[in-house]
Amino acid sequence: MPLDPAAPRRGITTQMPEGQTMLDATAPRTLPAAAGIGYKSQHFAGLMAAPGPVGWLEIHAENYMAAGGRSIAQLRALADHFPISAHGVGLSIGGEGPLDTDHLARLRHLCDWLQPARFSEHLAWSTHDTGFLNDLLPLPYTAATLARVCTHIEQVQEALGRRMLLENPATYLAFAESQMAEVDFLSEISRRTGCGLLLDVNNVFVSATNQGWDARAYIDAFPLHAVGEIHLGGHDTDADDQGRPLLIDSHGRAVVDPVWALYAHTIARGGPRPTLIEWDNDVPPLTELQAEAARATAILTPVEDTP
Amino acid sequence: MTGQSAFATALLDPARPTPEGLQNPFGGAVGKRFDVYRNNVAVSLTAALETGFPTVCKLVGDDFFKALAGVYLRANPPSDPRLALYGTTFPGFLARFEPARPYGYLPDVARLDLGLRQSYHAADAAPFDTTGLDPAAVLLLKPRLAPATLILSSHHPVFAIWRFNHEAGAPKPDPAPQDVLIARKGYDPAPHLLPPGGLVLARALKGRLTLAEAMTRTLAAHPTADIAALVTLLFTSGALTNDA
Repeated sequence: MPLDPAAPRRGITTQMPEGQTMLDATAPRTLPAAAGIGYKSQHFAGLMAAPGPVGWLEIHAENYMAAGGRSIAQLRALADHFPISAHGVGLSIGGEGPLDTDHLARLRHLCDWLQPARFSEHLAWSTHDTGFLNDLLPLPYTAATLARVCTHIEQVQEALGRRMLLENPATYLAFAESQMAEVDFLSEISRRTGCGLLLDVNNVFVSATNQGWDARAYIDAFPLHAVGEIHLGGHDTDADDQGRPLLIDSHGRAVVDPVWALYAHTIARGGPRPTLIEWDNDVPPLTELQAEAARATAILTPVEDTP
Repeated sequence: MTGQSAFATALLDPARPTPEGLQNPFGGAVGKRFDVYRNNVAVSLTAALETGFPTVCKLVGDDFFKALAGVYLRANPPSDPRLALYGTTFPGFLARFEPARPYGYLPDVARLDLGLRQSYHAADAAPFDTTGLDPAAVLLLKPRLAPATLILSSHHPVFAIWRFNHEAGAPKPDPAPQDVLIARKGYDPAPHLLPPGGLVLARALKGRLTLAEAMTRTLAAHPTADIAALVTLLFTSGALTNDA
């Protein structure tokens, strides 16, 4: 789709249809406690024309590390209209090896020009001597992993000059050597490094099912005061070798009702938080994402009782 | 203890057993659970290659491409997390991969797909601007090739193959060597057939000659070259940018 790079970038007044919200480009770059969606380029024109309930956008940092071209130009244009959350999917914070300092420098460059409201990454690893494996791989929850992850997070926060958010993973198996519960592991990381947390409620539901945890108890034990962002997404259902349900975090369909219920429980307990609708595969039309965003908005801002 | 080396090795090799130390939280076999990770890696990297090499995918069909991608990605996972760069060694792999040998043009078609992708992500540059200059003055300029401009020289009719697979009604490719100019106008890279002499002209400009010198050099090497058509192609395709 065309994008006019000559269009003025800052301080423009955009006329919006009545009933649409438009964030002031001069407003401080923080994420509002509203619904956002994962940005897909096919939705650029639609979002610029009529964002509807979409109050902010999240991008995958690794997709915006090119020298130029349309993706970068579109992101520059979007950043004038929406607060942006930059979500890294390739830093391999849980990796046994050292962090890739070249990649850290690329993230720094992105954060410097984009000034995203948030930067987040995952409690996972994805890179080894063999290369980048393009998946969020699981970690044993041990004292050694804890120390390593904390060192890496401190290195990221130092390099980026900002506090990051760390996301709880969707997991499919367990490690014999694990010594800590995931929620305690994340709480301790946040306590030691000062990092915030990104609570993916669908991941909680998926992992709870796959690990035999109580999802509500997980939320109740989660340090909600440290949560700077929430993710909601869809999952697929499979079965393990024993025929037990095995949920897969696929980001390829609508959020299911039990996850909405768990989300409502989370908001009731911890208060409203910026909430992202994540839909990365089989991406639907923008209207469908807007409908999901509206559903999150209804939970974030319940209608007050009239006296 | 399950080290990440053992995990990564088993991840990329479906013939290996599940690494020691991984558990099914409910007891029993953990194989299908580990396979979720195996599947995520293979499916996501295959998808990245399908997106990155659309013409190769079209030529060989989905099933053969998936098989090709499966072999390639296990031996050559991405070297860094920028998937837009993934597959720079895929053309060379296609040249060496025995089942792809009958399709001798595939490596260059892959280079064209890769070139279009690299052009898409290349640095922006203002188009070559000669406004207000008389033709004599223009001839003395030293236009640069824009960062998004790439040239591919092939023993195969790669431009014709690309057109046949992407444009309705395009003629069937005849065997012939072809040079291709990839140039980006605005944000949209496109391939163009580069006629004889084009390669010399582009190299001369890259070597910082003036337009007049580059044209002279081109005609010396290719006396029958249609120099006007070549210059027009470079001017109108977005291939050039002004001297810095």
